[in-house]
Amino acid sequence: MTSTQASKRPVRILIAKAGLDGHDRGAKVIARALRDAGMEVIYTGLHQTTENIVRAAIQEDVDCIGLSILSGAHMTLFPDLLEKLKKEGADDIMVFGGGIIPKDDIEQLKKLGVKEIFIPGTHTQSVIDWISTNVPVHE
Amino acid sequence: MTNKKKDSKQFKRSGSYKEWRAGAYAAQGERKGRFSSISFREQPELVTPENGGGVNYERDLGFPGEFPFTRGVQPTMYRGRLWTMRQFAGFGTPEDTNKRFKYLLEHGQTGLSTAFDMPSLMGYDPDSPRSIGEVGREGVSVSTIEDMDTLFSGIALDQVTTSMTINCTATVAFAFYFAVAKRRNISFDKIGGTIQNDMLKEFIAQKEWISPPAPSVKLVCDVVEFCAQSAPRFNPVSISGYHIREAGATAVQELAFTIADGLAYVDHCLGRGMNVDDFAPRLSFFFDVHNDFFEEIAKFRAARRLWARLMRERYGAKTEAACKLRTHAQTAGVSLTAQQPVNNVARVAMQALAAVLGGVQSLHTNSMDETLSLPTEDAVRVALRTQQIIAEESGVTNVVDPLGGSFYVERLTNEIEAEALEYIKRIDALGGMLKAVEVGFPQKEIAEAAYQFQLQVDAQDQVIVGVNKYAEGGEQEIPTLKIDHVVEQQQIERVKAFKDRRDKVRHAACLQAVEAACRENRNVVPVLIDAVSEGVTLGEVSDVYRKVFGVYTDPGML
Repeated sequence: MTSTQASKRPVRILIAKAGLDGHDRGAKVIARALRDAGMEVIYTGLHQTTENIVRAAIQEDVDCIGLSILSGAHMTLFPDLLEKLKKEGADDIMVFGGGIIPKDDIEQLKKLGVKEIFIPGTHTQSVIDWISTNVPVHE
Repeated sequence: MTNKKKDSKQFKRSGSYKEWRAGAYAAQGERKGRFSSISFREQPELVTPENGGGVNYERDLGFPGEFPFTRGVQPTMYRGRLWTMRQFAGFGTPEDTNKRFKYLLEHGQTGLSTAFDMPSLMGYDPDSPRSIGEVGREGVSVSTIEDMDTLFSGIALDQVTTSMTINCTATVAFAFYFAVAKRRNISFDKIGGTIQNDMLKEFIAQKEWISPPAPSVKLVCDVVEFCAQSAPRFNPVSISGYHIREAGATAVQELAFTIADGLAYVDHCLGRGMNVDDFAPRLSFFFDVHNDFFEEIAKFRAARRLWARLMRERYGAKTEAACKLRTHAQTAGVSLTAQQPVNNVARVAMQALAAVLGGVQSLHTNSMDETLSLPTEDAVRVALRTQQIIAEESGVTNVVDPLGGSFYVERLTNEIEAEALEYIKRIDALGGMLKAVEVGFPQKEIAEAAYQFQLQVDAQDQVIVGVNKYAEGGEQEIPTLKIDHVVEQQQIERVKAFKDRRDKVRHAACLQAVEAACRENRNVVPVLIDAVSEGVTLGEVSDVYRKVFGVYTDPGML
């Protein structure tokens, strides 16, 4: 069962860094901004495998995963994450992303099931608003 | 009589700065808005001899090429020789990047600079499961001596200086490069170049690591020691503020943390019994050049003076060479915008001009498309031409340190030096940078500054043209470089075939020798040069480091 965020509990989000990419400025800034906006935020730290991320997402019972990639490996890591969530029966956890991701790739990733991609220059409020509107809070 | 009175009224003169500030200036008033730098520094509306810029010429500036080197590390600066135009390049296979290197040299670039892919930077061969999706994507894939040989095929290692941006696996890349030179019968004392090999800033900002900070610093200093003994033209470390700044640090934090990293390496080398005047002349630096024009110029001038004073006062350096802060600079990648990307050409030009007025020794100018992907040849050419325009059209190279003596620039130089020194004292109090990194001090300071900056951008207190002001939507399209996914498969097959071809017995013996050198706390570099010549790969050496020195994981602090 899901409901909108008008319900009692705040949205729970896993901010994740996958692969070998070490760029964590954006992930940390977003994590902090979401927390300051009243959301519950868990940060994986760098260099996680997609297995680790899925495990953490399930354990922490999050409503969505925000995956940050600035290493160019997004066309491998996003599909991999979606597939592993599905395998674990956890594809009710919404996936969005951020990073240096070209427009053509964004379109493809959205077709694959990534709900939104935020590129550098995004106002943190737009991310907060998008989550508030689009992420269903699990009961 | 009447005329004279009229004149003196027309040509009003304030008696002092204070009077002028409170009188004429206040009367006219300011426009709305903030007058602070990108690093949150409130700026004075005017600097006069009364409110700053006070310098003792002999003590604080001196002549170019003379202590404390505020005005430059060379007497002639760009009248003697222009800075090295060194564009960072690397993608795909070694053949792909070799082609780009030759393209850059043909277009007038004067030095090479290698970007490696993430697996090479993190210690994995292409056939490791950790490398999936990352081979050749963010840089060139190099995991064997053959890859390095191919990368520099047709390029004379004793004629072109090469920079290699690689850190936790720097010892291995260094060994590949010198083993290739050995194969080509080039003696080590003829090889000039730089390897970044700065692990402290990895823990602080760039976040590419294998083992914990202490053994990582030991490996850094193995290269420093080897070069001091055997490769005198090679810079064994490039102490880097670039990544610190890109991660969100202010200009002062960038300077302070970089200098403190340098001090930590000096301390470690002295602890090994090395003499400061033997190794310090080859310590080189690498700074970011961000948007705030004068703050950046002042940062370079302050950096030289601060380092020179610390080397002489703290370590008793006796030679000028040991006190000279020689630096590479790169325009700020983080300042580029995906929105209206052609605007980036203007940003890069101004940043590059600041670097030149700051007196850098080499410079990389970013390409307009680097916020979207690795740069195309056309975009790189514009970036290189930007440097050539500054060097050969603008006239700024005619005079050494042309801004020296500016009330404002001297005051800013003084302030930045003093504030950086305050930070260094805080780090000293924590027990030096190695300890400070272990407790996360610089990491927290940077995360805080990055967050403050974002809040200011969100509030439009910091303007990013085309993003939070003058935005258009419906973005301009520019061509981007695409890396073919076949690159990964090619490199996987190549490294597998390479491993099959090796002499198994000799390979095993070499790998054991590397492990023994690590366990016995000997300098690993000579052993690595032999080992990679026998086919030991980058991933294999990294596995030895993991086994002997342990694995560092991100504390994931927010």
